[in-house]
Amino acid sequence: MPARPDLATLRKLAVDIRQDILRAIAKAGSGHPGGSLSMVELLIGLYWYALRHDPQNPTWPERDLFLLSKGHGCPALYTVLAFRGYFPKEELMTLRRYPTRLQGHPERNSPPGVEIAAGSLGQGLSMANGIALADRLDARRRRIYCLMGDGEIQEGQVWEAAMTAHHHKLDAVCAIVDANQLQQNGPVKDIQDIEPLPEKWRAFGWQAIEINGHDLAQVLDAYDQAAAVKGKPQVIIARTVKGKGVSFMELNPAWHGVAPKPEELARALQELEAARA
Amino acid sequence: MADKPTRDGFGEGLLELGRTTPNVVALSGDLEDSARAIWFKKEFPARFFSVGIAEQDMIGTAAGLALMGKIPFACSFSQFVTGKALEQMRLAVCYQRLNVKIAGSHGGLSVGADGATAESLEEFSSLRALPHMTVIVPCDALEARKATIAAAAYPGPVFLRLGRAPAPLITKPEDPFTIGRANVLRGGDDVTLVACGVMVEHALRAADLLSKDGITARVINLHTIKPIDRAILLAAARDTGAIVTAEEHSVVGGLGSAVAEVLVQEHPVPMRFVGVQDRFGTSGDPAELLKAFHLMPEDLVAAAKEVLRLKQSALGSRL
Repeated sequence: MPARPDLATLRKLAVDIRQDILRAIAKAGSGHPGGSLSMVELLIGLYWYALRHDPQNPTWPERDLFLLSKGHGCPALYTVLAFRGYFPKEELMTLRRYPTRLQGHPERNSPPGVEIAAGSLGQGLSMANGIALADRLDARRRRIYCLMGDGEIQEGQVWEAAMTAHHHKLDAVCAIVDANQLQQNGPVKDIQDIEPLPEKWRAFGWQAIEINGHDLAQVLDAYDQAAAVKGKPQVIIARTVKGKGVSFMELNPAWHGVAPKPEELARALQELEAARA
Repeated sequence: MADKPTRDGFGEGLLELGRTTPNVVALSGDLEDSARAIWFKKEFPARFFSVGIAEQDMIGTAAGLALMGKIPFACSFSQFVTGKALEQMRLAVCYQRLNVKIAGSHGGLSVGADGATAESLEEFSSLRALPHMTVIVPCDALEARKATIAAAAYPGPVFLRLGRAPAPLITKPEDPFTIGRANVLRGGDDVTLVACGVMVEHALRAADLLSKDGITARVINLHTIKPIDRAILLAAARDTGAIVTAEEHSVVGGLGSAVAEVLVQEHPVPMRFVGVQDRFGTSGDPAELLKAFHLMPEDLVAAAKEVLRLKQSALGSRL
């Protein structure tokens, strides 16, 4: 188990990352702030703690893998990768603008560190399973994390993949559900209720761990706990807040896929800054 | 030699790959018996993955295996894998340019009695529209075996369309097979018949019938619909000036359309498309269905005579 990073440092980092996510989306003039802000601590827990990775060698064959299945959350992934040194931070401001490596929804290896393409929901977990099956054949031991949205798991393919991971006892696979409560047209419970999440995944043969996805101590614990499970796949159900950190975006479906205007960006950055203390 | 379905050629090729190429793995959703991947499964159980009746997950899982350097062959009925998992083929396989091979068995009308819901008649159209996808339709079991082995060595996504019904062997073991390079099976200067799959044999029989009327027909086995062999098609258009295409598939967007896309821009000549006329299949014996859907040698002959008439009247108007 790697040494635990200082939580206060990580919390400050979360502020910096949220601010840069919003700057990039504002500059792009489009994008998905709500679902990017909800997953920040989950990514910090991976990229500053749980993942075995090397930003200088993004295709290191022994690395652990993070697959972003909720592709619209890519501003958060790009920002985290830039902060980790996979590519220059300045490039974040090219988000979504031609000719950029930072596509509106991710393309594989673009920029380095992006493991899979995503944007048509529900596909990441199947790929995670395939990777785990290949690793088993090659006697390679590593962790494969796959982050999905709560709306995303309405996709049938997710449950096909959940059954495959169970059937093949893929304990290298750790799914993370960013349960931020909202999807494009409203609360998940109104569009199509997916609860009870832990019971559902357990019924599919998974080890389910439910946490507050903004509490970094809980996030790090969850990654440790999941990694210790043998013989079955694990899912971390992270209860989060869509638009986390910006009062007017929090739990407001209007901020699913809209960029902040300059005055909104200024307010958002200020609010985030105030929370830093 | 006895008739044999192309799916058997695939199964033999996959088994051979199992023995020669350790990175080859296979997946199926409870159709490994039908798609003949079961021979591979029996000999290499650790390299075969059962994913349940779930084509979308199968293609996604295959993509994951390919990300790690495996060469996965995902096997199912052609209709189910190309219909249900088209989005997965687009994003996970083609957009990511992964080395995934998809074997669609029971293609076209060959599933016969099972009826329209399993009869794939639109997949050439949908798959060849995907960037980076290669679309191969072997004409007999020998060619299917070669195509399977060639697909494993060919980087990127490959789709193999296979038939269920036994079909005559018309190629020989020593005949060359190169992905993207069509084969001229018979020379001729009056008209060209371009076909794939079981229709190649019908094209050869049509050429025999035409020869009785003193018409020499060139027969091209266009086993690879994409990437298409432009050179061989342009030469045929220049030399014969009249083209008939034939496919066990809809005339909307299939082999005929692919040929027309080349010729209409570079060397337009009179053309006719023999194929399924924008309709669904139906239950029946495959041989009976080929008749009912006007996919017989006689139908190619009629089409050939039409394009010949058009060619001659065009020549006449120029005189």
